[in-house]
Amino acid sequence: MFDWRWDFTFEILPRLLLATVNTLMAAGAGYAIAVVLGLVLALAQRTPYRALTYAVRELVEFIRSTPLVLQIFFVFYVGPQFGIRLAPWTAGMIAIGLHYAAYLSEVYRGGLESVPKGQWEASLALNLSPARTYFRIIIPQALPPSLAGMGNYLVGIFKDTPMLSVIGVAELMHTANAIGSESYRFLEPYTLVGVIFLAISLPTAALIRVFEAWVRRQLGMS
Amino acid sequence: MTKETLSDFPLELEGADVPMVRFSKVTKRYGDLTVLDSLDLDVAEGEMVTIIGPSGSGKTTVLRMLMTLETINEGVIYVDGKPLTHMPGNGGLVPADNRYLRKMRANIGMCFQHFNLFPHMTAIENCMEGPVHVLGLPKREARERSEELLEMVGMADKRDQHPSRLSGGQQQRVAIARALAMRPKVMLFDEVTSALDPEVIGEVTNVIRRLVAEHNLTMLMVTHQMGFAKDISDRVCFFFGGRIEEQGKPEDLFGNPQRERTQQFLSAVKEAS
Ligand SMILES: Nc1ncnc2c1ncn2[C@@H]1O[C@H](COP(=O)(O)OP(=O)(O)OP(=O)(O)O)[C@@H](O)[C@H]1O
Ligand SMILES: [Mg+2]
Repeated sequence: MFDWRWDFTFEILPRLLLATVNTLMAAGAGYAIAVVLGLVLALAQRTPYRALTYAVRELVEFIRSTPLVLQIFFVFYVGPQFGIRLAPWTAGMIAIGLHYAAYLSEVYRGGLESVPKGQWEASLALNLSPARTYFRIIIPQALPPSLAGMGNYLVGIFKDTPMLSVIGVAELMHTANAIGSESYRFLEPYTLVGVIFLAISLPTAALIRVFEAWVRRQLGMS
Repeated sequence: MTKETLSDFPLELEGADVPMVRFSKVTKRYGDLTVLDSLDLDVAEGEMVTIIGPSGSGKTTVLRMLMTLETINEGVIYVDGKPLTHMPGNGGLVPADNRYLRKMRANIGMCFQHFNLFPHMTAIENCMEGPVHVLGLPKREARERSEELLEMVGMADKRDQHPSRLSGGQQQRVAIARALAMRPKVMLFDEVTSALDPEVIGEVTNVIRRLVAEHNLTMLMVTHQMGFAKDISDRVCFFFGGRIEEQGKPEDLFGNPQRERTQQFLSAVKEAS
C-alpha cells in the first residue's frame, strides 16, 4: 500500500520549495497588513466618536464570524461586479490581511485595556500629547501582553495561506495540487507540503516565545 | 461639563491678592451623587494646604479636578488668576478647548498614591519625558534638570533603574522629581504615603518637608497622617460631605477644633493610630 517514490520526491522538491517562498511572502505581506490595520481598528474603537466605535466594532464582528474562504472569494469574484478588478495576489492579500486584522485588533484591544488607568492619568498630568501618550506610554506597555496572541496569529495566517489557492495564488497548496493533477501522484506532494509547514511552524512558535521574553527585557518589565 | 456660557464669573481674577488657586462655587456630581457641593476654596501663592477628612468626602476629587482629570459640573476653578477649564468667549466663560487646557495644565503637577511611574522607562527617563517632549527642552538640559531633582530626592544613584527595581518609597520620590521637572506652580499630593510600608514613609515626607522649607511652591496635599499635616501645613481643611466643614491653622484645627464633626473625626483617627 505504501508506494513512496523517492526519485519523484526529489524531482518535485525544488518546485515546492520555490512555492514555499510564495507562501512565506503571502503570510508575511498578509501579516504586515494585519499588524498595522489591526492597530488602526483597535484605536478606532477608542475614539470619543460613538458612531465610529460602533461601526468598527460591527465590522470586526462581521469579519470574525464569516469564513476566510468566503471573504477571499468575495473580494476576488464580487469585486469585478463593482468595477474593482484585482489580481489574485492583491485580492488574496486584502482578504487575508483584513481577516487577520480583525483578530489582531481584538488582541490589541485586550493589551490596551490591560494598561492601568494610572498610566493615562500620569501622562495627562505631565501634559503629554495624545499621540505621545499612545505611542510612547500606552502601546509599549500593551505590547508584551499582546505578543503571545500576535504570535499565534502569525502561525495562523501562515497555515491559512493554502486558502489562497482557491483563487489561483501559486503558493504551496496550489503547486502541490498542480503536481498532483499532472502526475496523478498525490502522496509525495501533499506529504511534503505537510512537512514543510511543520518545519516552519514549530520553530516560529518557539522563536516567538524567545522574542516575547526579549521584548519584556528591553522594556525593563521583567 | 456645562455647555452654556457662564456670565456671573469674572473672566480673570485681578487685584493685588489674587490667589494661586481658587475654587469658586465648584460642584461635582457623579450621576445623583454630589461629591463637591458648591465648594469655595482659595490657596495663596506659596501656601501649603492640607486636606483631611473621612473617606468619600471629596478630597481626591478636589485634586483631580485641579489636574483636569475630572470635568466640572458647576462653578469655575481659577489658577494664577485664569480660569482652568473655561476660557473667555461668547461674552462670558465657555468650556475650554484642548489647546487652552494644555496651556493651563502646565501650571499643575501631581503625585499619585500609586506613583504611576512609566514602567518601561528608567528613573531619569521618567523625569525627562515631559521636559523634552512637552516643554521642548534640549535633551542635555532636561537631563541636567532631572539629575538635579533626582539628587534632591536622594535618588541620583538609581537614575538608570527601572521602577520594578525600586521600592515604593523610592518610586514615589522619583515620581515627585518627575512632577517637579515640569516646573509647575502648584503641586498636588494625593495620599502619597498611603501605599508605602511604614518604615519608608519618612523618606517621602522628608522630601516634601524640604520642598516646603526651600521652595515657594503652592501645594495641596491630601493625607491621613495627621502628625505630618500638623507639622508642615500653613492651613488645614477638614472636608465633610463635599464641603469644607472647618479650616484653620494646624495648631488651631488640631488643638482646638470648633465643629463637632471635626472633633469626632480627629478623635476617631487618634484612636485608630
Ligand atoms: N469615577 C467615579 N464615579 C462615581 N463615583 C465616584 C467616582 N470617583 C469618585 N466617586 C465617588 O465620589 C466620592 C468622593 O470620592 P473621593 O475619591 O474624592 O473621596 P476621598 O475623600 O478622596 O476618599 P478616600 O479617603 O477614600 O480617598 C466617593 O463617594 C466616591 O465613591
Ligand atoms: Mg482619596
